[in-house]
Amino acid sequence: MTDAAELTRRTAELLAAHPPATTDRLDFLKARFDAGLAWVHYPEGLGGLGAPRSLQVVVDAELEAAGAPDNDSRRNGIGLGMAAPTILKYGTEEQKQRYLRPLWIGEEVWCQLFSEPGAGSDLAALGTRAVREGDEWVVNGQKVWTSGAHNSRWAILIARTDPNVPKHAGITYFICDMTDPGVDVRPLRQVTGEAEFNEVFLTDVRIPDSRRLGAIGDGWRVAQTTLNNERVAIGGMRLPREGGMIGPVAKTWRERPELRTHDLHQRLLKLWVESEVARLTAERLRQQLVAGQPGPEGAGMKLAFARLNQEISGLEVELRGEEGLLYDDWTMRRPELVDFTGRDAGYRYLRAKGNSIEGGTSEVLLNIVAERVLGLPAEPRTDKDVAWKDLAR
Amino acid sequence: MTTQSTQPDLLYSEEEEALRAAVRDLLSDHCDAPGVIARTESDAPHDLAAWKALTEGMGLAGLLVPEKQGGQGGSHREVAVILEELGRAVAPVPYLTSAVVATEALLACGDEELLGKLASGRTIGALAVGLHVAPGAAVQTVRVEDGRLYGELTGIADAVAADVLLVPGDDGGLYAVEAAAVTLTPQVSFDLTRPLATVTLDGAVGRRVGDAEPAVRRALRAGAGLLASEQFGVAEWALTETVRYLKERKQFNRPVGGFQAIKHRLAQLWLEVVNLRAAARGAADALASGEDADVLVAVAQAYAAPVAVHAAEEALQLHAGIGMTWEHPIHLYLKRAKADSIAFGTAGAHRGALAELVGLQAP
Repeated sequence: MTDAAELTRRTAELLAAHPPATTDRLDFLKARFDAGLAWVHYPEGLGGLGAPRSLQVVVDAELEAAGAPDNDSRRNGIGLGMAAPTILKYGTEEQKQRYLRPLWIGEEVWCQLFSEPGAGSDLAALGTRAVREGDEWVVNGQKVWTSGAHNSRWAILIARTDPNVPKHAGITYFICDMTDPGVDVRPLRQVTGEAEFNEVFLTDVRIPDSRRLGAIGDGWRVAQTTLNNERVAIGGMRLPREGGMIGPVAKTWRERPELRTHDLHQRLLKLWVESEVARLTAERLRQQLVAGQPGPEGAGMKLAFARLNQEISGLEVELRGEEGLLYDDWTMRRPELVDFTGRDAGYRYLRAKGNSIEGGTSEVLLNIVAERVLGLPAEPRTDKDVAWKDLAR
Repeated sequence: MTTQSTQPDLLYSEEEEALRAAVRDLLSDHCDAPGVIARTESDAPHDLAAWKALTEGMGLAGLLVPEKQGGQGGSHREVAVILEELGRAVAPVPYLTSAVVATEALLACGDEELLGKLASGRTIGALAVGLHVAPGAAVQTVRVEDGRLYGELTGIADAVAADVLLVPGDDGGLYAVEAAAVTLTPQVSFDLTRPLATVTLDGAVGRRVGDAEPAVRRALRAGAGLLASEQFGVAEWALTETVRYLKERKQFNRPVGGFQAIKHRLAQLWLEVVNLRAAARGAADALASGEDADVLVAVAQAYAAPVAVHAAEEALQLHAGIGMTWEHPIHLYLKRAKADSIAFGTAGAHRGALAELVGLQAP
């Protein structure tokens, strides 16, 4: 069993052998991966040591103190948070060896080809087809809401391989090469004026069978690992007081007394309290995870933050009065990183509208809480025993 | 604005969970719903047998009192767990009023003699300050003349169960007065399980135990912070009981809990309740450590009242007809939740306090 002392020792060894000040950034990251200090809970040989996940903070803190470069994880959130755990669980040995190292060090960025224009909340109804031809699959269809597609080397992709069985049974999970000539990435401009996301058109894209993840027809189960890890990533953060959307509006309130009204004061205080309580709930969830007793609160945190972000940013637009009538910049651009609390109040207000849609709509999440946490009866289903090709669309 | 250096411990320890199990067990023996309903209109609104079992039997009245002063040397964290369970049972015992509020006032005064008595549970104390008063708000006093007290105080919770009252005098002192020396007149109270009374003093002898202002402030802050745990208990009962009932109750050949309109309301309520648990744990831990307590108590009280009331109101609506009956216990929870929303200051009063504490001043 690898304990904190062992990790401290190994971290010191890494720093001694590869002094950050004189080592190339990518070389250091590769050495860190090979020393098992990338994600300590991963197996040996794949960037980890099979240690408890909670000990990662020991390594991170010591490397940060030593001024070591990190892998800039925000640039590859989908790769690190969603693709990697799925490859680890369902990948062949060859796939793990090929993909995980360049993914972790950030040489290869990943995106996700899941949602489609006709398959949003009902993701399992997706219609992108993958047809087998010898040792290859030929893929045709359209994906949407793909963030980072234009910067990505690889994508995790789910496609329909059998339309003659019920929708959940006919899906297969693939790793798609984003440099394939049949992949056409087009920016999708959104209400904020910019294009964080893309539409991705797949036309006769050829994927070798060696890039299939999991069994044929088992893609829905494989995708659950991806989606569950998305929710873990949303619930595990540590926020200081006023660390979220309430921070900018509280700052404006303090700095601009001329904007204050009694009505806005009451609403601000109410939202400040709700933000602080949501922060405490997220902190409690984090403490539960560290103690090895994950609670069901994670399912609710996204609901809470979506509503708060929307109400708070809406309040701030109103607080700004005459300035609230203006917008900082409608120019169409493709940001590499998305910061929900960045830019002006008007941008925050418009961007926050997506918080109750992306990663599961609030309506679907309420169903999930009601059914999985409270144990209430599931929605009546008319699609379970019908072949995908016969579904209404 | 304030910053907090460390995060409060928001979990329950193994010992706290064991304490919860023991208290819940005891309350299931003593405070079943029909019994609590029947008691509300009897001559003995308080369940003194349950009180005796909690205090003399389990030694829980002295948790906030250090061992060397005759207490059990526990902390606000454990008291909060007890209050969660008392809320869940709407138990008519003077725990919050005697073992928390009166005890905190005496701790501020350092009155060892009375502290030891309250810690044993054989003496019940009540702070003679209206239940609605928020920490830091003005307090009604009585006239002090040659060590004798004259005046009338209203809205004193659990006074009819008390052996000793702690009365703020107009000379700035806090006076201990034997209940036998005053006239206690029960008021018809909205919350039947935490009855109020008028205290009339006509020359009662009082013993000055200390200065009223710091003692009352400390007592009300602890009362407000720990009330959030009671409100959590009330809300959690309302949610759990409603979910249980709606899985069984069938209309239109389906469980009522299967309709999406109902599921979404219950999921929303669950979210509020888990938020309340974190807020209440934050306040309890802050009171125990002394760190960031003013802010976290005000946050918990600003959040708790609307949630507990909402939970009880949803419980009534979603139980529908049966929820409107005197026979079903929901009304006890609704009345407790609504009264708690006024006790120790309304949510609005606590938001007002926060405005000062975190630097979000009014126009």
